[in-house]
Amino acid sequence: MIQFTSVHKRYPNGRDALNGISFEIAKGEMAFLTGPSGAGKSTLLKLVALIERPSRGTVLINNHNTSRIRRRQIPYFRRQIGIVFQDHKLLHDRTIFDNVALPLVIAAARRRDIERRVRAALDQVGLLGREHGLPVTLSAGEQQRVGIARAVASRPDLVIADEPTGNLDPDLSLDIMRLFERFNEVGVTILIATHDLELVERLGHRQIKLEAGRLASEGLS
Amino acid sequence: MIHRARHYLSLHAQNLLGAYGRLARQPVGSTMTVVVIAIALALPAGMRVLVNNIDALSGSWAGAIDFSAYLRLDVDTERATELADTVERRADVAQVTHVSRDDALAEFKSYSGFGDALDALDDNPLPHALVVRPAGGTRAEIQALADALEALPEVDFVQIDTAWVERLRAIVLLVERIVDIATVLLALAVVLVIGNTIRLEINNRRTEIEVVKLVGGSDAFIRRPFLYMGLSYGLTGAILAMLTIGVSLLLIAEPVRALAGLYGSAYELRGLTAREAGLLLGSGAILGWLGAGIATARHLRAIEPT
Ligand SMILES: Nc1ncnc2c1ncn2[C@@H]1O[C@H](COP(=O)(O)OP(=O)(O)O)[C@@H](O)[C@H]1O
Ligand SMILES: [Mg+2]
Repeated sequence: MIQFTSVHKRYPNGRDALNGISFEIAKGEMAFLTGPSGAGKSTLLKLVALIERPSRGTVLINNHNTSRIRRRQIPYFRRQIGIVFQDHKLLHDRTIFDNVALPLVIAAARRRDIERRVRAALDQVGLLGREHGLPVTLSAGEQQRVGIARAVASRPDLVIADEPTGNLDPDLSLDIMRLFERFNEVGVTILIATHDLELVERLGHRQIKLEAGRLASEGLS
Repeated sequence: MIHRARHYLSLHAQNLLGAYGRLARQPVGSTMTVVVIAIALALPAGMRVLVNNIDALSGSWAGAIDFSAYLRLDVDTERATELADTVERRADVAQVTHVSRDDALAEFKSYSGFGDALDALDDNPLPHALVVRPAGGTRAEIQALADALEALPEVDFVQIDTAWVERLRAIVLLVERIVDIATVLLALAVVLVIGNTIRLEINNRRTEIEVVKLVGGSDAFIRRPFLYMGLSYGLTGAILAMLTIGVSLLLIAEPVRALAGLYGSAYELRGLTAREAGLLLGSGAILGWLGAGIATARHLRAIEPT
C-alpha cells in the first residue's frame, strides 16, 4: 500500500527532514510511526498525502508513483486516503453531519448515500445522534472522533493520522487508538504518527522508528 | 449521467443559496458592497435612460417641424389649391395648410406694423405658401421631402428650420459617447470592488479552503462558492440599481409632465425597457462572476495545506 524507496526530503530552507528512508507497509497493515519531535514523522505523512513532494527517491501509494501525479490530479488522489490531524481540522461553522459529509459531497456522492454513510461513520465512532450539533458542543476527544469519522466516511483503503491523540489524556487516547484498530480489522491500512511510546508499546503493532530523518529501527514493539 | 447532471445542478443551487446565506450573515459589510455596486451600475444605466428620453423627445420634435414651401409669384390661387391637395396626398406628409397670398398679406399687415406702407403698394408682394407638416420619420426622410418639394416647378423655395434639432442631436451623440466611456469605467469598478470583496472572503475562509483541499476538493469545487458569491453581489447590486432608477424616475415624472405641459406636449418619461432591465441584471451578474473569477484565479492557488 505504501512503499518508500531511498526517500529524501529537503525543505526550501535547506533543512533535511528525511534522509534516505526505505520501508513498505502492506495492504491491511496497521503501523505506528514513532520518534522524537523533529524526527520527520509529519514530513513522512505529508509525502504520503502529497502535501509535500520528495526531493529524491520514490513514494508509491497503492502502486501509484506520487512524483508522477500532477497538481490537478492531487484532489482525486487524496480522495483515496483518509487523513486525521492532531487539531482535528473541523469546520466550526458547519454541523457535525456536514463535516463528516464533506468528502462525500466533494466526491459527488448521491444524497441518499451521503446520509447513510455519514450515519454509519458516526455510529462507528459512537457519535450517532449528535450529527445536528456544531463541533464546539463536543469535547476534544469527541471532536477527534468526528475527525476520524470524516476520514473514514468515504471508505478509503488507507488512513493516516498525525498525532491523533496529541491533545488527549491517556484514557481517551486509548479509546481513539482502539477505534483505529477496529477500522484496521475490516481491512483498512493504517499509519499513525505518535510520540506516545507507552501507548504504542501497549497496543503492540508494527513500529517504524525515525530519528533525525533516518530509520532508527523497525519491528514489532 | 443523469445522476451526475442532477448532482451538478443541485450543487450549483446549493452554492447560490449558500452564497446568499453568507451575504446575509455579514449584513453591514455586504450591504456596503452591494450599495457601491448599485451606484456604479445605476449611474451609467440612469444616464442611458436620460439620453434615451432626450433622444425620443428630440425625435418627436423633429417630426413635428413644419416647413414652408413658398410658391412662385406667378402661381395663381387655383393652382396653389390644387398643389396643396397633391402634396397632402403624399405618404410622407401629414398635413398641408395653404396660406393664400391675401391671407399672408393681411397677417403681415396686422403683425408687422408696416400696414400703412403696404397699403401704398399696388400689388401684393407676397406669394402663396404651403405649410407642410411631415408625417414624421427620420431626419433624412424629412430632408428628402423638402428636396422633393423644392424640385416642383411651382415652388420657389423651401424654408426648413432644423438647425437647433441638429445641434441637439449632436449633443446627444456626444453625451452618448461619454456615457459609453463611463459605462466601461464603472463596469471595471464593479469588477474590482467584487474582486476585492471576494479576496477578503477567501482570506477569511483560509482554513476552510485548506481543509477542503485536504479531503480532496478540486479547484473547481473550491472556486464555485466564491463565483456564486460574486454573482450574488453583482445581481443584488443590479436589482438595487434598478430600484434606484425606478424611484428617481418617479420623483422627476411630475416635474417633467409639468414642463412638457408648458410646451403643449403630453410627453411621458420612458423608464428601462424590459430588454434594458434584463441587460442590467445580466451585466451585474456577469461582472460579479468575472470579479470573483479573477480573485479566485489569483488567490486560491496560493492556499495550500501545510
Ligand atoms: N515546512 C517546513 N520548512 C522547513 N523545515 C521544516 C518544515 N516542516 C518541518 N521542518 C523541519 O523538518 C524536521 C522534521 O519535522 P517534522 O516532520 O515536523 O517532525 P516531527 O513531526 O517528527 O516532529 C524538523 O527539523 C522541522 O523543523
Ligand atoms: Mg509532527
